[in-house]
Order: sequence, then structure tokens, then C-alpha cells
Amino acid sequence: MDWRADGILLATRRHGESAAILDVFTAEQGRYLGVLKGGASRKMAPLLQPGAQLDATWRARLDAHIGSYSVDLIRGRAAEAMSDRVQLAGLTAVCAILSFALPEREPHPALYARSLALLDGLGAERWAAAYLGWELALLEDLGFGLDLTTCAVTGQAEDLIYVSPRTGRAVSRGGAGEWAAKLLPLPPALIRPGGDGLAEAFRVTGHFLATQLAASLGDKPLPPARDRLVALLVRASDG
Amino acid sequence: MTDGRSDIDALIDLMARLPGLGPRSARRAVLQLIKKRGPMMRPLAEAMTRVAETARECLACGNIGSGDLCPICLDDKRAKGQICVVEDVADLWAMERGRAFAGRYHVLGGTLSALDDVGPEDLHIPKLLTRVGAEGVREVILALNATVEGQTTAHYIAEALEGTGVEVTSLAQGVPIGGELDYLDDGTISAALRARKAL
Repeated sequence: MDWRADGILLATRRHGESAAILDVFTAEQGRYLGVLKGGASRKMAPLLQPGAQLDATWRARLDAHIGSYSVDLIRGRAAEAMSDRVQLAGLTAVCAILSFALPEREPHPALYARSLALLDGLGAERWAAAYLGWELALLEDLGFGLDLTTCAVTGQAEDLIYVSPRTGRAVSRGGAGEWAAKLLPLPPALIRPGGDGLAEAFRVTGHFLATQLAASLGDKPLPPARDRLVALLVRASDG
Repeated sequence: MTDGRSDIDALIDLMARLPGLGPRSARRAVLQLIKKRGPMMRPLAEAMTRVAETARECLACGNIGSGDLCPICLDDKRAKGQICVVEDVADLWAMERGRAFAGRYHVLGGTLSALDDVGPEDLHIPKLLTRVGAEGVREVILALNATVEGQTTAHYIAEALEGTGVEVTSLAQGVPIGGELDYLDDGTISAALRARKAL
């Protein structure tokens, strides 16, 4: 068994004295773990920072084995991000959430392309809106997508101001009725990129990441890197 | 005999667990110790016993010493207005080898890690903030590794110290002494260029 592809390095874990277990996300193969001999060495460790773009080759005798990697660095992203608090938090959060949420060996090409664009755009204008869109895409790709096009009660597409915390469907002012207090607000930022209500929008996506996605993974808590990033993005948008 | 094995085998097994040593090198080291039992093995065993009994974490900075406070914290000649924050005791010792810093240290005991779920409360960050207030510190130097986790921790501490009036600085990043540009990765070259200075 073997394959070769470009991928995003999500995480490394030391394995023994000098080897490392790499967690790499590729378009065709999805998220794949493998051992890299010498991956924790002084020569390799600085290159294997989260977010690095790798040309990775994975090999194993049997598909069930963890397998071994050989990698070439295409481009590092960490060094550029390190000097900026928000960029570094963004890089860390994206890699940590992907490593946390994606099942192993399941291709998610659309999400890969979106993650690549998001990481390449670190520091760009309106990156916060792009990140919010990425969280929505992540939920969608993993089967917990929000349907914000029409009201779940009336079917109308106007005056949508709530989201059902259970189904993730939009609810209109008229459709909410006595349930309004139990619904989540639907801020404009969730409907059109760059809209108002970024903080509320992150509360909504955070709710579904925690109660649906994380719950499906055995109720593991979301990586704290997400909370840190959201706090920084909201503060930047307020200031 | 211990559990059916010789004491020597047990010693080799223990030595092989040390960083940098495998079974073969542990065997060589044990053989050398046995050959030099008087001048090397006994003093080593005695020193290890003494250190095992006396070594403890400094209550102020987290360095390892043999009393409640380490020699650095006890040294009155050390500048009290500067604290150098390091990840680990090994980093503190590396800084001391350079003899370039005459202030005091603070050992965090790790870095924030999304992967290993290490948060600020798992490190000695609250203790650092207390020290900064209590010791009249003017400058906090963040000497943390140039890794994603090291720099995330640095930004977190810098943020926590905002508004305290304390100057927060970090080590420069760029071309190492003796380094050749051709062999540096793109990120290091970019960092070095950003941190360029007038000559």
C-alpha cells in the first residue's frame, strides 16, 4: 500500500527518541497518520510545524498498519504567522480542529481546498469572515450542516432571525412563536460573508461544533485553540 | 539475582531508559562503570543518592536546586527588574551557559498545546503574573522556543501582561551564528529579514 500527495501537516507527536507520528490532511486520502523516522530530529523538527505544506509519501505493508511517511517540505506557514497573535491563533485553531474533527482515511476534497485557501489567506482582510465560512463548511462536510435558506416552520425565506439549536435550521420571526426564547439568534454574518454579528455567529457555530460534532466524537471538548482564536477575532472586529 | 536476572542486567535496563542511550550504549556504559568501580562507579552512586534526596524545584522560579530557593534566586547580585521566561529547566541551563543574562528566571514547565490539551492553568503562568506584581519587575523576556506552541505561549503571556506597565520582549529570530543562508529554510530567512537592524 502506498500513495503520494501534497498535504497539510496538522500535528506531530514524538514517537520514541527521534521518530514522530505525523497527522497529515490531503485532498485524495483525507487525514492520515504515519511514522516519520527522524521526524523529531534537530534537522526535521523545525520544518514539521503545524500548517506546513508537505509532499508526503505514505507506505505500509498492510492497509491496517499505521504506515510510515517520507516527506519533503513544500512550504512552511508557521514562521510567517508566528509574529502575529491572530495569525498564529488562526493557524493553530484550524490545524487543531481538523485534527480533532476529521475521521482518519476519509477523503474530504472540498474541505481540503477550503482549508488550504484559509491557511494561505492568513492575515488577509476579512479573514475572520472566511474562517466563519470555513466552520460552516466543516459542519456541512461532516454531516452537521446548517440550513439557513428557509424557515423550518413556515417555509418562507424572509425575516429569518433565529436558528434552531437542535436541527440547525433557520426560523422566521413569525414561525418562532412561543419558542423564540429557546432559539439561537441568526446574525447577518451567518447569511452573508462580512455581515454584522460576528460574535453571535461564532456562538452559533460553536454551539453546533460542541453539541453535534464533538458529541458525535464521544463528547470530547473542542480544542481550546478555537475559543482563543474566536476571542481574538471578536476583539479585533470590535476594535 | 533480581527477578531471575542479574543485578547487572537490571542496571543495564535502567540505564537504557535514559535519553540518548539504547541497550547497546547502556551496556557499554555499565561495563565501563564496573571496570572503574572505585574512581567512577561509587562516587557516581553516592552523588546520585545525594541528588535523589536533595533535588527539588525552586519555590520561586521552578529551577532545580537543593534548597527551597535555587542559587540564582538566592543571588543578590542578580538584577531583580528582569525575568527571563523559559519553557523548561534545560532551557534555563542553556541560557546560563551563555552567561549573557544577569537577571532572574521563571520556568513555565511546558507550553500551551492544543494537541495535548495543555492550558494556562497547567503551566506556571499564574505564578509568573504574581511574581511580576510582587517583585517590581520592569521587563519580562520571553525566551521560548520558535515553535508554534512556544510562540502561542509567548503571545498568551504578552496578552496577560498587557496593561501592567511591564515591558515584554522576546528573543530575536533569524540567522544562527555560523549559519549559511543557502541552508536556511524560507521561514527563518523571512524572520531574519523582518528583524534586520542598522549597521
